[in-house]
Amino acid sequence: MTTPVPYEVVRWESETADTATVALRPAGAALPSFRPGQFAMLYAFGVGEIPVSVSGISRADQGLVHTIRAVGAVSGALYGLRPGTSVGVRGPFGTDWDLPAARGHDLLIVAGGIGLAPLRPVVVDALAEPDRYGRVNVLVGSRTPDELLYRAEIGHWSTATAAHVAVTVDRPDDRWTGEVGVVTALLHRARFRPHGTVAFVCGPEPMIRATARDLVHRGVPAQRIRVSLERNMRCATGHCGHCQLGPLLVCRDGPVLGWDRAEPLLATREL
Amino acid sequence: MTATPVLDALPAGSRERLALLGREVSFPAGALIFEEGGSADRFWIIRSGSVALTVHVPGRRPPTVETLGPGDLLGWSWLFPPYEWHLGAEARGPVRADEFDAPTVRVLCVEDLALGYALAQAVARVVADRLKATRMRLLDLYGPSGSGSMP
Repeated sequence: MTTPVPYEVVRWESETADTATVALRPAGAALPSFRPGQFAMLYAFGVGEIPVSVSGISRADQGLVHTIRAVGAVSGALYGLRPGTSVGVRGPFGTDWDLPAARGHDLLIVAGGIGLAPLRPVVVDALAEPDRYGRVNVLVGSRTPDELLYRAEIGHWSTATAAHVAVTVDRPDDRWTGEVGVVTALLHRARFRPHGTVAFVCGPEPMIRATARDLVHRGVPAQRIRVSLERNMRCATGHCGHCQLGPLLVCRDGPVLGWDRAEPLLATREL
Repeated sequence: MTATPVLDALPAGSRERLALLGREVSFPAGALIFEEGGSADRFWIIRSGSVALTVHVPGRRPPTVETLGPGDLLGWSWLFPPYEWHLGAEARGPVRADEFDAPTVRVLCVEDLALGYALAQAVARVVADRLKATRMRLLDLYGPSGSGSMP
């Protein structure tokens, strides 16, 4: 897993003005199977390598789906890849959401911004086997309607499944008819039994903290609130130390952690 | 009476006394429930539907700063002088709500200090939550440089 393996871009879909979802298929031997929540190191040849969470896993052809926002040189190069081009992939790395352990529980999936990308496979898997879980809630926050990811898919989750799906934006335009406000404001209308719930939370860190604290206040046990952390990951193999967070290396011990472990680390200013 | 965090925060006896003052009302889509600067002489607990809180901006359609839905308290300016709305409220579709006469509730709060304290605490909690939410939005966390799970 320390040497990039070539994958071919087989699909490219624009999500927003600066974000695209790309589907990759192994050009030769495939990497070991990824699980939702894990990440890959994507190498844009000649430019550099960055960590990107999987936003979809195609088990049939061992393909990977990644949603990439062009914010820097490497992510910009990856965003610019088109079908037929190649990318180097290392992985899978890190911990996963461990959805199977949530069987029998209500699910509360809370995403902010591009944080929906790592949670998308959790939603897909949960909705594919609804009998295994209690009530499924998907709460999504976006800056604007135009920056909302997976719009058509969210519409499908909302209308064609039993899930409670709610979307809110910070800055509506004149066409927006949905909710306006922060994603935590959606919590009190979600349908879940606090002591029988597993929560999955991903987004900017202040949003994660606000959501997790609210959920603890409502009675969700901290260890059943799973959050995905973002740190500066370089090697992804637990050697370089760039992603160190106190006693943890996020690339190896994360990115998905229980809130019982994450909270004290995120509350320490020096970390 | 609709289950709501505001009413649920009150002791049972106080909740029942307050509930006796409520009356069910409905608003059609597009109804202006109150206007910025108007007298805050009522408040509502929303039963169903969605309400947009808006700000008057000359020369453009009033932008929506927040939406409220079932169980939410609509209006808190009635509890604090000068009892004037600092935002507008518009029904985004058909809305049903329990409406309370603010002067009557304020008198009740004086007569029944336990109820008054509990209600003031519950409303302050709503105000604090909305303040926290506003501060969060000021950070513009979902913008290109401030968000994302991975770079």
